[in-house]
Amino acid sequence: MDKNIVVETKDLTKKYNGTTVVDQLNLHIYENEIFGILGPNGAGKTTTILMLLGLTEPTAGTATVAGHNPTREPLQVKRIVGYMPEKVGFYDSLTPRENLKFIAELNNIPYHTIDAKIDEILKAVGLSKQADQRVGTFSRGMKQRLGIADALIKEPKVVILDEPTAGLDPEGINQILDLIASLPKRGTTVALSSHQLYQVQRVCHSIAIFSRGKVVVAGSLDDLGRKALAEGHYRIEVEVAQASPGLADILAKVKGVSKVETKDNLLIVSADSDLRAELARTVVHANVPLVQMKIQEFSLDAIYMKYFQEKG
Amino acid sequence: MVTIIRKELADYFTSIRCFILFLLVFLVGAAGLYAAWQGIRSNPGDSSFVFLRLFTSEGTAIPALISLLALIVPIIGITLGFDAINSERTGGTLSRLLAQPIYRDSVINGKFLAGMVTLAIMVASVVGIVGGYGLRMIGVPPTAEEIIRLFLYVVFTIIYGAFWMAIAVLFSVVFRRVATSLMSSVAVWLFFGFFYTLMIVPAVAKSVDLMILLRRFSPNTLFEEATTVLLLPQWRGSGLFAVGEGDISFMLPNALSLGQSILVVWPQLVSLIALSIICFAISYILFMRQEVRST
Ligand SMILES: Nc1ncnc2c1ncn2[C@@H]1O[C@H](COP(=O)(O)OP(=O)(O)OP(=O)(O)O)[C@@H](O)[C@H]1O
Ligand SMILES: [Mg+2]
Repeated sequence: MDKNIVVETKDLTKKYNGTTVVDQLNLHIYENEIFGILGPNGAGKTTTILMLLGLTEPTAGTATVAGHNPTREPLQVKRIVGYMPEKVGFYDSLTPRENLKFIAELNNIPYHTIDAKIDEILKAVGLSKQADQRVGTFSRGMKQRLGIADALIKEPKVVILDEPTAGLDPEGINQILDLIASLPKRGTTVALSSHQLYQVQRVCHSIAIFSRGKVVVAGSLDDLGRKALAEGHYRIEVEVAQASPGLADILAKVKGVSKVETKDNLLIVSADSDLRAELARTVVHANVPLVQMKIQEFSLDAIYMKYFQEKG
Repeated sequence: MVTIIRKELADYFTSIRCFILFLLVFLVGAAGLYAAWQGIRSNPGDSSFVFLRLFTSEGTAIPALISLLALIVPIIGITLGFDAINSERTGGTLSRLLAQPIYRDSVINGKFLAGMVTLAIMVASVVGIVGGYGLRMIGVPPTAEEIIRLFLYVVFTIIYGAFWMAIAVLFSVVFRRVATSLMSSVAVWLFFGFFYTLMIVPAVAKSVDLMILLRRFSPNTLFEEATTVLLLPQWRGSGLFAVGEGDISFMLPNALSLGQSILVVWPQLVSLIALSIICFAISYILFMRQEVRST
């Protein structure tokens, strides 16, 4: 993945009547990555997104989207950024096709290509059958799908989705996540906010966790998982047939192992690299029957909880 | 902006609201025509400005067309504007719209212009229809002066409607709820249409001069005066030249010339345009600085 920064904020701050909602935010989103914005309700995710689009003026600091300042050059930014708001709405008396056509025309998409594009995008979000039904009759999830189609119709360089999977059925979630995951290949950088940690973990390359307007953690998911769960170490679970007292000490002596914890017949080994092969050999050598061994998969859930437990 | 105007117009012309308005306008046209038929038949005397009398004659029970229009034009203006911005906001379409590469003001300008076009079509069509049928009814073609006067009348009426639309759009920017903005617009209309001129001014004003002056603060009065001068050149009623009893100039035998009429209505025209612009400017400024999000 190239390392061109597409979205960058420098000390971005937003205050509403003296209350700081976004506090000196520094974010980097790289080209063709999927970036997840997490954080509890009221953390300032939506406010940040609005500032990135130039829909709200920052109180201090700057944002840069593909080299443009959204406050000073809103049109340049809006030309290349697709956006799906938190509470997405459409003209109820129009059909999805008409709604999308209006947006396409506002974006000066060549007239003869509009219809084909609409068909394609409606198919991608699973609304082909409802293309000519009034939006007023749509369920929440159907509107949500249309919202994603709407953000993508202009084939944006950057697409910002505020809670894209809210209200979708499980199948819809899969479909939309697959669609989102396919965007970087087409040259679209994605930023999405969500409360669904599992979904974020599934599609995002990098995340930032917000809390009270500040970023508490940011980085690529792999790094974060390692850092957060084992202070920068790998954790390997070794399960043996029965508890054997001396094993922990033996394992602790393996080169690269920093700590071994024992829980009955489960040993949790912290190491600075993936030492599974080495550990297996040692266990077998010590004549202890090895049941299974796995590298502990971190979950975003655990990272998230860890940061919010620390704060209390 | 052209795209927005086109979409707004398409919205208007496919909406039930607009259909009802057109129905109302044509009903008013028919009623006005009937009134003119009764009025002219019962008092065929005066031969000057016969064609204009189509618009100004009262029937036995039905008011003249200009009175009817003066009543419904504000309603049309309010109906076209009261939910312009806040319906987009509550519907969640505003943030989506403003995330497109368009200038923010083209949203409010586009809506206002589309409303003006709709309003113009309604006013022009009712005047055109009444004129057309009236011509067949009385058989006297309009003089050039009458055509000019009618044209000015149409322009005035559109501006008057635009003023009410500007008020309604202003409330649609200020209030988040559609019901609130509608009620506020109607309240302003009731205030100027009834309470102000009929109750407050007579109660406050000690002299006739003061009364005339105070009445002029009402856009309704401005419009009423202007249309009277334009379409009833002979009339020196209580509106513009209101005078004490026994004043000799009460009813001049010869009418105001076209040039004189225009001179007389000029201040009214300027005031109405200024009022509309002020209302629109306030809504424009508020809209440009307002938070986008719907909560
Ligand atoms: N117009 C406003 N005036 C005052 N405060 C506001 C305004 N808009 C938002 N806020 C405050 O800003 C804070 C951040 O709101 P924001 O919508 O960015 O949160 P969020 O992270 O998107 O939350 P959620 O997960 O619920 O979507 C909240 O505390 C909210 O009360
Ligand atoms: Mg939010």
